[in-house]
Amino acid sequence: MSTTVSLTVNGKPCTVEVEPRTLLSALLRDKLGLTGTHVGCDTSQCGACVVHVDGKSRKSCTTLAVQVDGAEVTTIEGLAAADGTLHPMQEAFRENHGLQCGFCTPGMVMSAVDLLHTNPSPTEAEVREWLEGNICRCTGYHNIVKAILDCAANLRGAQQAAE
Amino acid sequence: MYAVNYAKPASVADAVAALSAAEDGKFLAGGMTLIPTLKQRLAAPSDLVDLGAIGELQGIGTDGDALVIGAMTTHADVARSPLVASAIPALVTVAGGIGDPQVRNVGTLGGSIANNDPAADYPGALLGLGAEVRTNSRTIAADDFFLGMFETALEDGELIVSVRFPKPLAAAYAKFANPASRYSMAGVFVARTASGVRVAVTGAAAGGAHRMETMEKALQADFSPAALDPITVNPNGLNSDLHGSAAYRANLVKVMAKRAVAACG
Repeated sequence: MSTTVSLTVNGKPCTVEVEPRTLLSALLRDKLGLTGTHVGCDTSQCGACVVHVDGKSRKSCTTLAVQVDGAEVTTIEGLAAADGTLHPMQEAFRENHGLQCGFCTPGMVMSAVDLLHTNPSPTEAEVREWLEGNICRCTGYHNIVKAILDCAANLRGAQQAAE
Repeated sequence: MYAVNYAKPASVADAVAALSAAEDGKFLAGGMTLIPTLKQRLAAPSDLVDLGAIGELQGIGTDGDALVIGAMTTHADVARSPLVASAIPALVTVAGGIGDPQVRNVGTLGGSIANNDPAADYPGALLGLGAEVRTNSRTIAADDFFLGMFETALEDGELIVSVRFPKPLAAAYAKFANPASRYSMAGVFVARTASGVRVAVTGAAAGGAHRMETMEKALQADFSPAALDPITVNPNGLNSDLHGSAAYRANLVKVMAKRAVAACG
């Protein structure tokens, strides 16, 4: 049995034929070619597949595409500006060397962006607690945490400068 | 995952009808347990009835002095709710400590208690607060709802609509989380209520969440952490696995109970 879902992915509307059992991660990667969303453990634990659905971070490997029919989805490909300027979180990961092999990075970045939406001034402990659902097997947490704190400070600074 | 039919009804009545029309259907709440179960092919329902579009199941409100939380309210929404924080802050601790942020953004109260995982957090909170589970057909006291590992009093096709939590005089939840899964290895919910002290334990026993009458009696006489010192928790019936022995869990139950009593202030 197949059905269709209509989503807005990274600002672009799209209608895709899926089965009810098609996972959102499979829709993004296999149907739309957005392979920046990684599938690591496929058991809801590692967080490499985290995307935003209607602004909230969510594990796309544990979401049926049909569940999010009509939603706005943002993937790692949708963060940078159209001219290629990196999102401040991506820039902070680059500046702080917040990655080693890079496999967990898309999920880490998407999760971190959601953290700063809900808590613009997290403590180091809050950042580490927030990353509970994102696993880095290179043990690179130190620089990831540093990058997120740096991004939060940069964004606060930019906001103060604007005021 | 096996092939499955899918429906997304807009009302409780339509959801119940869709499930009863299915050969072997299952309600889909947040799916944080069900979808991984389907992916591992440990379950093969013919139909999924998605509850995500039903407004009646959403939201947090009050009923006199009690909180009423819709079955499809996510853990993140409970953890962030000013209403919950002012009425029963211990529920903020419970909801905010489940899984990880992405699980809390999607997982729901109704899904958690309908599944009744023996290490889930909410069953302990419902028992500890003496909550009531409201379904499409009746009201079930928490004491009668949780029947053992993954078992509840729900009949086939019965749907949880909301949970009513009476406001306690004071309450707190202390949990020793499994470092990997964040499920509780021992979680103790303590509440001082107008009708007495209630203590509920989750995570430690194979049979799931249960009350601790010996602790309730001791705390009824003297509501202080020290009142629990003479109590020895019986390890019989507690889980023994690679995460911890039954004796270790028995000790954790007491330590968490004392922390919860201390946190009641």
